[in-house]
Amino acid sequence: MTTAISAHDVVKTFGTTRALDGLDLEVATGEVHGFLGPNGSGKSTTIRILLGLVRADSGETTLLGGDPWRDAATLHRRVAYVPGDVSLWPNLTGGEAIDLLSRLRGGLDERRRAELLERFDLDPTKKARSYSKGNRQKVALVAALASDAELLLLDEPTSGLDPLMEATFQDCVHELRAEGRTVLLSSHILAEAEALCDRVSIIRSGRIVQTGTLAALRQLTRTTVIVSTQQPADGLAGVPGVLRVEHVDGKVHFDVDTDHLDEAMDYLAPLRVTSLVSHPPTLEELFLRQFGESVEPVEPTDTESAGAR
Amino acid sequence: MNGLLGTASLLRLVLRRDRIRLTVWVLALVGITAASAAGVASTYDTAVKIASYQRNIGSSPASVAMAGPPVALDTIQGIIVYETSLTVLIGVAIMAAMTAVRHTRAEEEVGRTELLASGVVGRHAGTAAAVIVACATSVVIGLGVTASVAAQDFGTGASLLYGASVAALGIVFAAIATVAAQLMSHARTATGATLAVLGAAFALRAIGDVQGSGLVWLSPIGWSQQVLLFDGDRWWPLAVSLLVAALLLVGAGWLTTRRDVGSGVFPDRRGAARAGRSLSSPLGLAWRLQRGTVIAWAVALVLLGLVFGSFSEQLENMVEDNPTLQQYFEQTGGSVTDAFFGTALLFMGLGAAGFAVASALRLHGEEGAGRVEPMLAGQVSRWRMLLSPLVVTLGGAALLVSLGGLGVGIADALVRGSADQVLRLVALSWVQLPAVLVLVGLAVLLLGWAQRATALAWAALGFAVVIGWLGGLLRLPDWVDGLSPFQHLPQVPVEPVALAPLLALTLLGVGLIALGAVGYRRRDIG
Ligand SMILES: Nc1ncnc2c1ncn2[C@@H]1O[C@H](COP(=O)(O)OP(=O)(O)OP(=O)(O)O)[C@@H](O)[C@H]1O
Ligand SMILES: [Mg+2]
Repeated sequence: MTTAISAHDVVKTFGTTRALDGLDLEVATGEVHGFLGPNGSGKSTTIRILLGLVRADSGETTLLGGDPWRDAATLHRRVAYVPGDVSLWPNLTGGEAIDLLSRLRGGLDERRRAELLERFDLDPTKKARSYSKGNRQKVALVAALASDAELLLLDEPTSGLDPLMEATFQDCVHELRAEGRTVLLSSHILAEAEALCDRVSIIRSGRIVQTGTLAALRQLTRTTVIVSTQQPADGLAGVPGVLRVEHVDGKVHFDVDTDHLDEAMDYLAPLRVTSLVSHPPTLEELFLRQFGESVEPVEPTDTESAGAR
Repeated sequence: MNGLLGTASLLRLVLRRDRIRLTVWVLALVGITAASAAGVASTYDTAVKIASYQRNIGSSPASVAMAGPPVALDTIQGIIVYETSLTVLIGVAIMAAMTAVRHTRAEEEVGRTELLASGVVGRHAGTAAAVIVACATSVVIGLGVTASVAAQDFGTGASLLYGASVAALGIVFAAIATVAAQLMSHARTATGATLAVLGAAFALRAIGDVQGSGLVWLSPIGWSQQVLLFDGDRWWPLAVSLLVAALLLVGAGWLTTRRDVGSGVFPDRRGAARAGRSLSSPLGLAWRLQRGTVIAWAVALVLLGLVFGSFSEQLENMVEDNPTLQQYFEQTGGSVTDAFFGTALLFMGLGAAGFAVASALRLHGEEGAGRVEPMLAGQVSRWRMLLSPLVVTLGGAALLVSLGGLGVGIADALVRGSADQVLRLVALSWVQLPAVLVLVGLAVLLLGWAQRATALAWAALGFAVVIGWLGGLLRLPDWVDGLSPFQHLPQVPVEPVALAPLLALTLLGVGLIALGAVGYRRRDIG
């Protein structure tokens, strides 16, 4: 596996704010990598360092085998970027902005440009100042997606898109991956990351706190189980890895560390299980748990148990 | 008055944001008025000098066109008004226009108005706050003018009337700008439209004053100058100003209820679906974004040149009639027309510098708006991003001085019936460029090393304009005058073209640009 992006121990301060505090990030060539974290955690700063717009205070960064600061202009032939907050030249039309951005990057695929305008339902003859936020976002997306860049840096590219356009965007990313291109996708929308990403990195306060495939990340966390048994499961709390045991309406609700799931099942099996619902953690829970908030797990039986509590 | 709900809190916000900006405006305009009033008083300190001023300057159409109605020039107070009024009038009008647009259309353009409008804020509150601040600042400047001239024995009545005439023009232009801000969907065009009205107001009153015709009454500047200080002291023309301002504000209020937040009354037209071939580099973009400005400046400077040039013959006659002046010009070695052409070319240089500083600082605004980032994310090096738009800046400045010189030359050729000066004036106009280059260099230096202080480039330009416009009147020490690069230019065509200072200024300008570029390459963007 070759690496498209590698950052090691990157520190960046703005005055007294420590925006990045020893960030490590690896993105393999050909993968769609999710980059998740709360507001102000340093996602945009990381992407701007990767583009050579901002210079890291210390640490090593490699982008497509080059130095993103020193080789910025030459590397950018191979990189496309969609900023988080797209601002366009008010008196240029959307079509002109797309052409300008593409030409500055080094050309675009004409056929793809036309096709993307169609798919994103964008009118290229309107002046940018009369575009809505979503339409400005689409201009930047079309310019980036119509390029032949091998690496796409997308900073919250779908903020402002409606669900239909969100779906179109997801289709486009699937196509990119099929073509073997690499995508770094920063996002707040976990469903989007779940749908698109091979691997995700979670950033918090300028550090990566988790990284891995979604499956591996789930492994690190807990599964929620709701079970009813014929014989009382009183000893469940003593099983290693089991937490938050609650008895509700004759059913037992508990969380179990995913790598202790088999022990819990071994304990339950002899008690004659009559019903069992379990669900893996969603990225949402994973994300929130990373950030220390105690969240009630999503319970499939929520409505019927609500009255009993 | 539900529409005005929340005006008070918006007012505080506007004052909080603009406290430095407005303070600078007030201090600059009042300071210039006070200093030049004192300068005039000490220059024309004898009855003989005053009489000669009235005879020479007061009868010159060129001077009347640039200053105003030549009334009461047999008194020192009359001369002070004649010398100082246009500067402060134009200053207060620009201040009021910029303040009004800045807090209405400009805010709306970046979407902050929507944020506020969704709070407990009436539909008219934003406009009201902007208008109140612009008008109040005009009044403060008026009071400052009152105090400045009271110190020159104007007497209470005349001092107050002078101050009121200044404040009234500010109020009229706050109202004009407010209407423009409703009509245009873009702050830049709203400011441009208001300044175009100011230009037209200047032209109407210039022609009206020279002809002594009623044309002055079509001009807001005319209303303020028709108070005729020391020659009637009339207050009623200011009632015209206030009435018009009130009507305009009512109109603006009505327009506000007729349109959506974020758009103007004049809708945007559609444009091209594809970019032209030139729109593929920072230079191409710079030209596209600035060509309208270049054309507007070009028209303005050609017209100014034509006005200047058309006075050349009258000047010669004037000097022939006046032995003292004749002697003066024989001593200094130049002809009166040459001295006059020198001043005209300096004005062209200052105008070109105004364009050039705005053009160079454009990149600062673009960066703030987040439009530099996506360009640098392409194959654009920092060098190219910073330096290639300077082709438009410097090329534009060269074009503007040339066209200004051409305007002077053509008008001169028409009135004298001989075109022998045209090429000479165009060529000599280029003498201004090294000074323009230094101001551009300062702007680039600030872009590279001290983004937050880019206003200093504007301050340097304003200083150069004041020194160039009022020069001797202010009686500043030589070294202070010398801070303006224009002071170091050879005073062509009276003096010969001296290469040493031109070369030195050019090197300084290039050095500043290079230094700025080094900083720009090293710093964070955005
Ligand atoms: N130019 C700057 N000057 C000062 N502080 C900055 C600058 N850019 C970013 N920061 C600070 O660095 C931190 C990280 O910001 P960054 O924009 O990278 O966050 P983010 O993860 O992209 O947030 P969001 O999800 O809201 O986009 C924040 O605390 C921010 O205030
Ligand atoms: Mg961000």
